[in-house]
Formats: sequence, C-alpha cells, structure tokens
Amino acid sequence: MVTFHRLVSVAAPLLRANVDTDLIIPMDRYLMAAREQMHHYAFETLRFLPDGTDNPDFILNQPPYDKAEILITGANFGCGSSRESAVWALYGWGIRCIIAPSFGNIFYNNCFQNGLLPVVLPEPSVTTLAQLAGGNASPVFDVDLTRQVVTVTDGAEYGFEIDPKRRIQLLEGLDDIGVTLNQLAAIKRHRREDEIKRPWIYLK
Amino acid sequence: MDDYTFFDKVWDQHVVADLGDGFSLLHVDRNFIHDLSGTRALQNLAGQGRRVLHPDLTFACPDHTVSTAIDAPHTGDRYEICVDPLRRLAADQGIKFFEIGKHGFGIIHVIGPELGLTLPGGLIVCGDSHTSTHGGLGALAWGIGASEVAHVLATGTVIQQRPKRLRLNFHGALQTGVTAKDLILHVIGREGVAAGDGYAVEYAGPTIRALSIEERMTLCNLSIELGAKIGMVAPDEKTFDYVSGREYAPKAALWDAAVAFWRTLESDDQASFDLELQVDAGRVRPQITWGTSPEHVIAIDETIPDPAEQSSTERKQAYAAALEYVGLTPGASMQGLSVDQVFIGSCTNSRLSDLRAAAQIVRGRKVADHVTAWVAPGSFDVKKAAESEGLHDIFEAAGLHWRNPGCSLCVGSNGETVAAGQRCISTSNRNFVGRQGKGSRTHLASPIMAAAAAVCGQITDVRQLMEP
Repeated sequence: MVTFHRLVSVAAPLLRANVDTDLIIPMDRYLMAAREQMHHYAFETLRFLPDGTDNPDFILNQPPYDKAEILITGANFGCGSSRESAVWALYGWGIRCIIAPSFGNIFYNNCFQNGLLPVVLPEPSVTTLAQLAGGNASPVFDVDLTRQVVTVTDGAEYGFEIDPKRRIQLLEGLDDIGVTLNQLAAIKRHRREDEIKRPWIYLK
Repeated sequence: MDDYTFFDKVWDQHVVADLGDGFSLLHVDRNFIHDLSGTRALQNLAGQGRRVLHPDLTFACPDHTVSTAIDAPHTGDRYEICVDPLRRLAADQGIKFFEIGKHGFGIIHVIGPELGLTLPGGLIVCGDSHTSTHGGLGALAWGIGASEVAHVLATGTVIQQRPKRLRLNFHGALQTGVTAKDLILHVIGREGVAAGDGYAVEYAGPTIRALSIEERMTLCNLSIELGAKIGMVAPDEKTFDYVSGREYAPKAALWDAAVAFWRTLESDDQASFDLELQVDAGRVRPQITWGTSPEHVIAIDETIPDPAEQSSTERKQAYAAALEYVGLTPGASMQGLSVDQVFIGSCTNSRLSDLRAAAQIVRGRKVADHVTAWVAPGSFDVKKAAESEGLHDIFEAAGLHWRNPGCSLCVGSNGETVAAGQRCISTSNRNFVGRQGKGSRTHLASPIMAAAAAVCGQITDVRQLMEP
C-alpha cells in the first residue's frame, strides 16, 4: 500500500457540489478499462469535447492546473455509485488529495484504500481556498498529514480533522486485510458463539 | 437495553472487535457479490493467493453486465471480463453462484430478499451503493468499494465507523397515485442529496408500518440518494410473513427462535436519535425529477424551478447546467413533455408489486407510437410469477417490451443504453449526467408514472388515468 505524508503541489479549483462517481468515471469505462488505464477517462464528459479533443474550458486541462495533485471541490464529492474506479481514475491521473466540505461516504472510504487523502474543511474555508487557487499564477499548496494542516500560498494555515485510525492507515500504508487477519482468532470465536446465538444465519 | 435504537441493537450484535475512534470490526452475515466489484475483488484476492474465509455466507450473481434481451447468447467482451471470471472464481472458492436464466438469478438486491437470504437483523454488504435496499426487511446493509469487498471475502468482516442515527417519522396515508418511490423522492427533494451523510436512517411511523415489504425496499433503496449508506425499517409481522417459507429462510423450530429474536429488534421507546425529521406523507403528490440529481425533483403539478431564484451562486450554476443538459426551461411544467423511452425495472422498482401496478395502468391502452418502453423484471422468479398471472400479456398487448432480468437501462453497464439527447422516464434511482448512456436525459418516477408516460407518449399525472 502506498503512503501519504506530505504533498506540495498546485491546487486546482473545481467548485461544484454533488459531483457523482458516474461523472468521475463513466460506467462503460469502469467496465472495460483496466485499473491502470482508468485515468484516461477521469471526468471524461467534462474533459473532452464531442470530437475527442481536450475541452479548453475545463480547468484541469489548463496550465498550471493540468499538473495539480490537489483538487478543491464542492460538497458531497463522490456521491452516488460505490465504484472504486472513481478513486483509481483520479489517483492514476495524479490527484493525491481532495479538499471538500464533505464527501460521499463510500467514496471517502475508498480513498483510504488507495492512498488518496480526502480533507474535509468548512465550506467557507473551501471557498477561500478555491479563490486563492483560481486567482494565482502559481497556486502551490502544502498538505501535511503529519501535522494535519493545509498551508496555502499566502502562508495561512488551515488545520483539518481526520480519524486517527485513518490517518495512521495513510501514514503507514497499512493493508487492511493483513491487519484484520491478525484478529483471525477473534473472528472465528465470534462466529462460533454467533452460531449458537443466531443459528438461522448459518446455512447447513 | 431500554434506550437502544434498532440500528444500535443490530450493530452491537455484530461487533467482533472495537478498533477505537468509533470504528468496529463487524461480522458479515451475507456478502453479496456481483459481476463488477465482486469480480474485481475475487481477482484481487486470487492475485494475493488468499482464500475466502466464509464462502458459505457469500453469494454471487451477475446482474450488471448481463443482457436483458430475450434469447441473448450471453457471450462477448462483457461476459469475458465480468461474468465468466465471477463464475470461475466463485466455483474455485466454493461460493454459490446464481446462473443466468435459472431459478434464483436476478438483480442481487431483488434476489437476496426473494430467496430468504436477507433476514431481519442480518448484516449485509455488497459492492453496490443500493445495498441499503435490504434494510426494508430490517437488515443492516450498506454498499462498499471493491477493496472493502476483498476485505470481507478474506476476513468475513467489515471495518466501519459507527454512523450517527437519523429517524425519519412518516405520518399520514398516501394519496391515490402516490407510491413509496414518490415518498422517498419527496424527502430527497426537501432535504437534499447530502442530508443523510454520516447517518444510518431508520424509517418509522404509521405510514411506514402501512407499507408492504416491497415498498419498504424501494424506500430503503434510495437512502444513498439521500446521502445515507444505510436505511432500515424495523421488522414487524409483515416482515415475518414476507420471509416465512422462503428458500433459505429458517424453518420449523429455528424459525420460531428467529422470530422471537427479531421481535426484540425495534427501537426502544426511550431511544434517542442524533436527528429526527417529520414527513407529512398525506401531502405528498406523484414526483418527477427534472434535472441531473435526484434532489432535482418536483411534484407533477409543480413547475420547473428557476436557477435565478436559488440561494447560492453554486446552486444557480448547478440548476442552470442541469436544465441545459436535460433541455428544459425554468417555469415550465413537466406535464406534456414528450418522452422517447420508458424503463420499468432496476433494484428500485422491478418487483412483482411494481409490475402489477404498472400493468394496471397500461391494461387496455397502447404505448404511443414514438415511444420505446421496456419492462425488465427484477429476477427470474419475479418474471415467472408475473407471467403466471398474465402480466406479460398485458404489457405486450399494450406494446411494451417484456425483457429478461438485470440492471439494464438503470446504468447501461450491459450495453443497453439511452441514446444521446433521448428522453427516458425511468423507475431507476439516478438521473446523473450520462447515467443511462452518454448524453441521455433521465426523469425518475414511480412505475405507474412511467407506465402513464408510456401510453400517453408524454409525462403525465398518472392520477388522470386512475379510477377516482
């Protein structure tokens, strides 16, 4: 598993609410593309014109934002379908951190499985950050997970909250399955006891 | 235990270990896997050389990529990428696989309850956001990502942070022509698509008690469109009647023990919720979405909202962009809007009661000449049951296409899509940009509203076609 400690990168503002995972990666791409190829189709409908060329109006096609590893976006980002390919597409494209007022819950969980840091900040802060990123020739932000702080171009710091368990998962790049299997004895014991308590769950 | 919510009781029964910071390691009773995330997760696991810990609690069925065409050969790229490896890896891991076109096959959120695999108080996960559907039977169920599916396969458990609790209390009787679909769309419109974020929703109150189990499933299905991963209705006599006698449901003495246990699950009188909201169900009218988010919804006799009148700049922009995409203008009525396609199906609305209600509307009428209308029953067994009571004859006589089971036009992952610029009234769950196919325009509604649009050729208030 990849780790996340600190990221210094251009930040791109894409301030719209309720960006759904169908928009991040359309179904036919999720279906047919290999995980490693998914990023070619990230935001496909926004990113390309009908003739397949880059849409010059889409912010992530414009320098310096085409190199952004930080995305600043609206509330409920990643809502809708559970498809983890939405994270794979963004990660493959180079996005390592997404800052938003809130996230779709399944998408939020999926980020931690893939080394992508979702940062939740209050809506007014996100709006300020988006304005700073949008109106700056070199909008380089510093996201430090160790200190839980986003430092922006004017030097202002924005502290963020994150569950300690999830923070450690990213800092150490933990493999959930490996960690859980350390508790295999407890898992098996729970099942044995449950088979007596709720035998109807266990099909013979 | 006299101040516990229904949700907390079920949660606590499944805790294997407290992981700190509100996280628990929870035992999974049913792991439903399908041909998208399920296949990918099984492939990941095989790549790591890991085995499935509880194959007896894991059930596989391909539903997303399977053609719903009658006499489809079920071959080609999609099958080779998604279905064939699921079948092969399930066999290799000792997992029950429900074969296409056989008893038990269908949309995974339809077959779970139908086969008696979904039980009250059970903990169910699936790599699909509409897993909340199973909450209609009083199961604690939510959608997870492919990595989490792999975790469940390998460990028999899921890691989850305990959500807050939201109770939605519904009062009043539904008016004629108003369904569970309208009820939940109304709530999504009123509260917004992010309102339930971080909550497990309990649907409660006299209106909910009066709903059938299939209606409760429709309600719970759309919890994710309210932003909540989990939606549930505490089990009652209706639930027990529904589950009783089903193939995998407990029998005889085990049944009696199960029901006695399930009766203890309802929220205690003193239970407290982090948030409680009231809904006057008696005032809800048939709903129709106008935009590109499930919260873009109005009652059929309302007009399309004006972006200029929205509170924030972001909302003004979102409304304007949505209207441009669907090709509609503010202030207009949805009634009379011509449709090209009609889809009755999906895990939201493809059960027998949905099909009966839709058939009632189209009986003796004809689908408009310019409309293509599909009915895709939720499962093989729904299809057989519908045919045994002649519903397919009613649909076909009216000019609707009677299809095979599968997710189909809800999400287009089987190649069945709505063409760019075409307008589809759909009983499914999402009207996102491109959801039913690139450039497709979706209007979500109930099965009877979809049926009414099919025969009128335009979006219609279904109440005009119903007996008073």
